[in-house]
Amino acid sequence: MNWSVLGPQLLTAIGETLYMVALTMVIAGLIGLFFGVALYVTRPGNLYASRAVNTAINLVVNFVRPIPFIILLAALGPLTDAVVGTRLGQNAAIFAMSIAAVFAVARIVEQNLMSVDPGVVEAARSMGVSRPKIITTVILPEALGPLVLGYTFLVIGVTDMSAMAGAIGAGGLGDFALRLGYQRFNDQITWAAVAVIIVMVQLVQFFGNSMARKIMRR
Amino acid sequence: MSSAATATPRVRPGEDAEVIVRFEDAIKTFETGKGKLRREVTAVDGVTLSIRRGEIYGVIGYSGAGKSTLVRLINGLEPVTGGVVEVDGQRVDGRTEEQLAPIRREIGMIFQQFNLFTSRTVAGNVEYPLVRAGWSKDKRKARVEELLRFVGLSERAGNYPEQLSGGQKQRVGIARALAAQPKILLADESTSALDPETTQEVLNLLRRANREFGITVVLITHEMDVVRSIADRVAVMDSGRVVEEGPTARVFSAPETDTARKFVATVSHDEPDSEELSYLSEQSKGRLVVVDVREGVDVGSVLSAAAARGVQFQIVFGGVSVLQRQSFGSLTVDLTGERHEVDRTIDELSQLTTVKEVSA
Repeated sequence: MNWSVLGPQLLTAIGETLYMVALTMVIAGLIGLFFGVALYVTRPGNLYASRAVNTAINLVVNFVRPIPFIILLAALGPLTDAVVGTRLGQNAAIFAMSIAAVFAVARIVEQNLMSVDPGVVEAARSMGVSRPKIITTVILPEALGPLVLGYTFLVIGVTDMSAMAGAIGAGGLGDFALRLGYQRFNDQITWAAVAVIIVMVQLVQFFGNSMARKIMRR
Repeated sequence: MSSAATATPRVRPGEDAEVIVRFEDAIKTFETGKGKLRREVTAVDGVTLSIRRGEIYGVIGYSGAGKSTLVRLINGLEPVTGGVVEVDGQRVDGRTEEQLAPIRREIGMIFQQFNLFTSRTVAGNVEYPLVRAGWSKDKRKARVEELLRFVGLSERAGNYPEQLSGGQKQRVGIARALAAQPKILLADESTSALDPETTQEVLNLLRRANREFGITVVLITHEMDVVRSIADRVAVMDSGRVVEEGPTARVFSAPETDTARKFVATVSHDEPDSEELSYLSEQSKGRLVVVDVREGVDVGSVLSAAAARGVQFQIVFGGVSVLQRQSFGSLTVDLTGERHEVDRTIDELSQLTTVKEVSA
């Protein structure tokens, strides 16, 4: 096996994966945070309780979430074309990954916000704090530890998605493992990609855990 | 701490004191359940009462009596379904969450479970309402220090809530509630999660806040002991209604309703219950009477005069308390002697106060 050729290719693949995952996490992380907060605050009895809005967002989330990503990637083709200008390559993949991840982020954010004691929200209301300020200065800080763990979990899910990006020519470690390893019956190359992914995921998990531990002071 | 405030005994707000919180036929209903199980629960059922500026007002009732809902009507955490709620001359009912904000800044609140921000330090918790109210950094720092000194937690400023005991958490809650200098402090079962000793600490702080800052305190509790230690006036709630209201000493010495009597009995067990009575009757050599003791009622003179006539008396049960400079309670006395002398003694006592014969 010729690692002098494969080595740089592996490095390129790592770079592609990191780029796709990072950008998707930023885009989906922010938009998903918004929808997650919206899901939470529109729940019955909460700050902006609204059955209509809550049901609508839930419906969209539940509609997109069960679609297997490899199918979504293909199905989003026309939309990707319209927004990104092409159906192929890294940016097309990031677009599709962001769409899929937004809804996962929204759910995770909603679930973690549910762990906030309603009593502290009531305390803030009793002080005459406005609702937007309650969200940004009470609810999000109170849930920060679990949120960090939630986002860490999502990085791993997005890494998983990025492995399928090869299907639309976006490269990455999944493409490396399938095209250079699997299709050439070279298990060593496949396992090299697996090893890199495992190390990446371990590192992300480690940093996520230690950050959450620091925030939650335990 | 101001020395002048501790040196002068506090003058209680009188009958003519200005009203700061007013309920008029306030109603609050909730809908619970879905579909066939859907029903309406009336938590507050036509309450009319006035709380005066500067007083400590107790609201007592069993859980589910509607007292926690009643207190939340004051700062609009729960909007009324019907009737009027007025705070310091301003209507609270019919306002949106945004319109309620300025009223809420005048009302501090403390909670049974303390509800401290776990993401902030002790100082951060106390500082938070000041940040929201737009105080400058220097003013905030000075105010936080002043309040932590007031509640005796200056050394704990940098600690997080989970490092504190329950009593300390509630003291932080009090400091936070007082931070923005509100006119009213709502205390919702503020001592129910605390042991008796810490309960007294917290009540002392509320009393001091009332005396030193003139803040009106509305205190919700199911413990009559709490009402007795600090409330000037008390409302007794049952099934959403105020069934009895008045100065604490009056409600204690002469409760008018069963609910009030039951609460009074939880703290002043001065009359024998049926089991104790049957034992006392067995032991009794003469006639057993329960004599009400009230301020200005001289039971002793009657009994010593009777003793001079050969009537012997034995106090077999009873208790007398002092509340707001008023004595009240009851004594169960076993009277023995010549029949007509005993009759005469009971007559003389009956002219002074309420006497109940309990011998079989």
